[in-house]
Amino acid sequence: MTGRFVRLGELDRAPLAFSIDGEPASGLEGDTLLVAVLNQTDRLRVSEFGDGARSGFCLMGACQDCWLWSESGERLRACTTSLEDGMRILTQAPGREWLKIAS
Amino acid sequence: MAEDRIIVVGAGPAGVRATEALVQAGLRPSVIDEGQRDGGQIYRRQPEGFLRAKSELYGTEADRAAKLHETFAHLKPKIDYRPETLAWNISEGSLHVVRGAQSEALAYDALIVAAGATDRIMPVRGWNRAGVYSLGGSQIALKAQACAIGRQVVFLGSGPLLYLVASQYVKAGASVAAVLDTAPRQLRVKALPKLLARPDVLLKGIALDRHLRRSGIDVLTGVHPVAIEGSDERGVEAVSVRLPGGEVRTIACDAVGLGHHLRPETQLADLARCAFRFDAQTRQWQPEVDAEGRSSVKGIYLAGDSSRTLGADGAEAAGRLAALAALKDRGHAVSANEMARLTKTIARIDRFRQGISEAFPWPHQAAAELSDDTVVCRCECITAGELRAVASEKGATELNRAKAFSRVGMGRCQGRYCGHAAAEVVAAAAGLPLEQVGRLRGQAPVKPLPVAAGVALP
Repeated sequence: MTGRFVRLGELDRAPLAFSIDGEPASGLEGDTLLVAVLNQTDRLRVSEFGDGARSGFCLMGACQDCWLWSESGERLRACTTSLEDGMRILTQAPGREWLKIAS
Repeated sequence: MAEDRIIVVGAGPAGVRATEALVQAGLRPSVIDEGQRDGGQIYRRQPEGFLRAKSELYGTEADRAAKLHETFAHLKPKIDYRPETLAWNISEGSLHVVRGAQSEALAYDALIVAAGATDRIMPVRGWNRAGVYSLGGSQIALKAQACAIGRQVVFLGSGPLLYLVASQYVKAGASVAAVLDTAPRQLRVKALPKLLARPDVLLKGIALDRHLRRSGIDVLTGVHPVAIEGSDERGVEAVSVRLPGGEVRTIACDAVGLGHHLRPETQLADLARCAFRFDAQTRQWQPEVDAEGRSSVKGIYLAGDSSRTLGADGAEAAGRLAALAALKDRGHAVSANEMARLTKTIARIDRFRQGISEAFPWPHQAAAELSDDTVVCRCECITAGELRAVASEKGATELNRAKAFSRVGMGRCQGRYCGHAAAEVVAAAAGLPLEQVGRLRGQAPVKPLPVAAGVALP
């Protein structure tokens, strides 16, 4: 899967390793989480309302379309979160299995 | 006199110039900034370690950006600066802020809200697809992260930002497939007398248009958007528009920058119970302000694009003026001459603003023509048909009532990106003038808070 975004410069930055749903990925120091993910793949998540892939919209913290999750369940607004080395990102909120059992 | 407690919300051009005036008066204001660094959106700074020159990031506005950043750097040790902090509510004399999981209520004697604006969006069928970004978002990808939003980008909508962002993309080496403006070109001629209030800015605008054409980019005006084509799986694959002659043109692309000028961020003004008025020309509700930035509520001042879309230069002037008004109201000596001068500058910029909204109008008539299956609320995927049904079948012709029945405006963005279009859809369906439909009320928290913040609503 190629990335949705295209880097046009500022390539001389330190690489950072992270993972998306367990798959290894890499970004650059100074990337936002949104930019790091969209340079690897074409989406951030799948809409919970059934209209397919989503990849963010406003990039300025206003639309909240770009929520991702850490493995510990912390919600991350990808456009205003800086990529950190070793981040383990989930595209769905963890704990859904538990919800299924509970219902 | 006891130290005045003044809070400035926002660290863009309006917030920085307001802060500067307060510091010059010997005060130590608090500055609440959602960004990691000052500059706001227009003069947004790239992260540490990026090497592009300011001229690359801000073009003709590089000097203004540099001066603003420099001013703030000098102010920083003299103020209580709170970056990455959200002002999420206002209650009797206190501003509620949260940073990470830390929440706090800050008491104030005067509050200057310079919260900026976001893109104003008229939906197009398929605008919920992956690969569609607001024009502002498209610009941030480039300015703050040196990325293009796709390999083949179409810019669609209207307003100065349409041409600015497209031109910046071309300069940065991105591939721009087309620039599609919903405004007919001849409107610019009609707006010329007002646009001449700022001949320098007008010339910059003409230069952007010329740059795009000389670069071989298709710039089509007076278009009617038909659809953003593609699939749920792959996202955007093309944009279809109807040209003024009736011909439908389909342009292949994998990304779209979409926007119709700007709308003010008015939630804090709303929560402070400021009075609003309907502006018939731009067809939107705006907080009432006097010529110097006072809202209808004592102690609350509004400046910059969160009050009226005057642009960055207007925001600098309005920010400083609002701070001077606050100082004057609190008994400080201020220069009446300077206030008069700033008021005059703003009046000139406001004349230009009117010209811009005449030249690049909000295409409100498109709302009535949206197909029933067009998504209006992209947060929760609610269609124009569903919204029309609550207006006609349930009689919900007041916007907050229509929201309660349809959930349009209740999702993650809290109506920022659907609110204006939803009002137009309801008004058209009900056959009412837009102002009778009302506006979505701002609600606390103005943005979602982390549960860990554990804040109690006052």
